[in-house]
Amino acid sequence: MTRRYSALSLLREGLNGQRGWEPAWRDPAPKTRYDAIVIGGGGHGLATAYYLAKNHGLTNVALIERGWIGGGNTGRNTTIIRSNYFFPESAAFYEFSVQLYEKLSDELNYNIMFSQRGMWTLAHDRHGLEMARRSANAMLLNGIDAEFHDGPSVYAHIPGLNPDPRFPILGGVNQPRGGSARHDAVAWGYARAASALGVDIIQNCEVQDFLIEGGQVRGVETSHGTMRSDRVGMAVAGHSSVLAAKAGLRLPVSSYALQAFVSEPVKPCLDTVILSPATGTYLSQSDKGELVLGAGLDLYLSYAQRGNLPWMERAAAGVLELFPQFSRMRFLRQWAGIVDVVHDSTPIIGPTAVGGLYINCGWGTGGFKAIPAGGWCLAHVMATGRSHPLADAFGIERFTTGALIDEASASGIAH
Amino acid sequence: MLLIDCPFCGPRAEIEFRCGGESHIQRPGPHTEVSDAEWADYLYNRENPKGEHRERWFHAAGCRRWFNAARDTVTHRFRVTYKMGEACPEAGESAVSEAAPGAVAGGVI
Repeated sequence: MTRRYSALSLLREGLNGQRGWEPAWRDPAPKTRYDAIVIGGGGHGLATAYYLAKNHGLTNVALIERGWIGGGNTGRNTTIIRSNYFFPESAAFYEFSVQLYEKLSDELNYNIMFSQRGMWTLAHDRHGLEMARRSANAMLLNGIDAEFHDGPSVYAHIPGLNPDPRFPILGGVNQPRGGSARHDAVAWGYARAASALGVDIIQNCEVQDFLIEGGQVRGVETSHGTMRSDRVGMAVAGHSSVLAAKAGLRLPVSSYALQAFVSEPVKPCLDTVILSPATGTYLSQSDKGELVLGAGLDLYLSYAQRGNLPWMERAAAGVLELFPQFSRMRFLRQWAGIVDVVHDSTPIIGPTAVGGLYINCGWGTGGFKAIPAGGWCLAHVMATGRSHPLADAFGIERFTTGALIDEASASGIAH
Repeated sequence: MLLIDCPFCGPRAEIEFRCGGESHIQRPGPHTEVSDAEWADYLYNRENPKGEHRERWFHAAGCRRWFNAARDTVTHRFRVTYKMGEACPEAGESAVSEAAPGAVAGGVI
C-alpha cells in the first residue's frame, strides 16, 4: 500500500496537484494476539518493530504508544550522531549505529537528512587537552575515525570562534563522520517501513498493566483492551521505572529533565557540531537555520517535560563564550525531555527477571544516536531469546555482577 | 525556577541547593549475610516515582546543612521538608521544623 518515494513520484504528484499521497503508515485497530509487542513509539521502539519484521520475519507485531510516535525524546533531542566512546563495548555498538544511519535513508526509502558534518569536542585547559588526546587515541584503536587538532587548527576549521575567549581553545577532537539528522524523519521513516511490513502502530494507547503468569509475560492490558503475546519489549526511556514497576521490577534508573533550545533561524554560519564540556556548550545549526543548543541535566528527579531557568542561562552563557556574535540572537523555543540515566551511562538491553519481557533503556542524554543499533539489538533478543553480540555487555545483570561500563567518566561525555 | 524552603534559612532560590537523591535508603547488613542481589538493589536500584518522592537536599550555598523533602516529580512542588533522620510527615500532618517554624512547603514560581 505504501508507494515508493522517488524523484518520479515527486514529479508525478507535482503534476497531479499533490492529491495522490497516502498516509505514511496504517492506523489499524488493535488485534487481541500478536507474536510480539513493543511498548514505546519513540525511535528505539519503532526501530525494534521494524527490525523484528525485517531481520527476523516477525510481522504480526504491535507497537503501542501512549501519545503519538516520536513525541517524546525522539522529537526533543539535539539530533547529534557520533560514536566517540571510549570502551570497546560502547565503541563497537555506537559505531554499528552510525553505520546503520549512513545507510538508513536508502534502507527506509525516507530521507532522514543525515549530514556528516563532523563533531568537535573542544579542550580549554591542559587536562582537557590530555583527555582529547586520549579520546582520539582510544577511538583510533577502536577503529573509529578521529582527528586530534591543536588550537590553531581548530580555529582554521571552525570559522567564527571567539578569537579571545576567557577559556582558551587549546585543541579538540573531531569525528568527521559524526553529524546530525532529522529526528522526526527517523521516527516516521521507521514507522512507515515497519507498517509496510505489517507492523500495527497503535497510537494514543496506554499500557496499564502486564499479564504475567508464573513469571512469564503473557500480554498487556491497555486502554484499548487486552493484547496477548509471549514476547514484550519495552523502550520507554524516562518512564522505564514507572512501566517496569507494573511488572514488579525495580530498575537502576533515575529520570531527569534534559533541556534543549533553538534560536531564531539565521543564515548558515556553523557547518559542524560543537561540544565544549568545559563551557557547557552543545551547539549545531539546523537545516532551517536555527542554532540548536543542548543544556545539562536538571539534577533532581523530574517527569515534567520542561526545564528550569538556571540551566538555560548557563547554556546561553556557554555559547556566548565561544561565539560572542550570537549575543543578540533570541531563543525561539525551549523544551525538555525526560531521560533515563543509569549509574554508568551505558544502556540496558536484554531480558528481565520476567520471562519474555525485554527492556531497552538507560540511554540517558544520548539515545538518538543509538536508535538503529538499539532497535536492532532489542529485536534480536526478542526474536531469538539470545543477546546480540553487540549488546552482550549491556545486560541489567551487570549491576549485580559489578561489570559496569563507566562511559560517564571514560569518554567525558556529559550523560 | 524553584523557590525552596530551607528548614533552617527559609525560602531561597533553586541554584543555592543540590539534590542528594532518594532518602531513607538503609544499608543492608550484616555484610556477611547480604547477597549480591540485595547489594545491587541497595547500590543502584531506585524508586524513581512519577509523583511524590522523598529525597535529600543540601543547602550548598547557604547554611550547608542537609534536610529531607517530599517533592512531586511532575509538578516539582515541595509538599514538606523535614530533618535528616526523621520519618516523612504524612499528608495532613504538620511539618515540624524548629529552626524556621512555619517554613513548610516550598512553591514553584
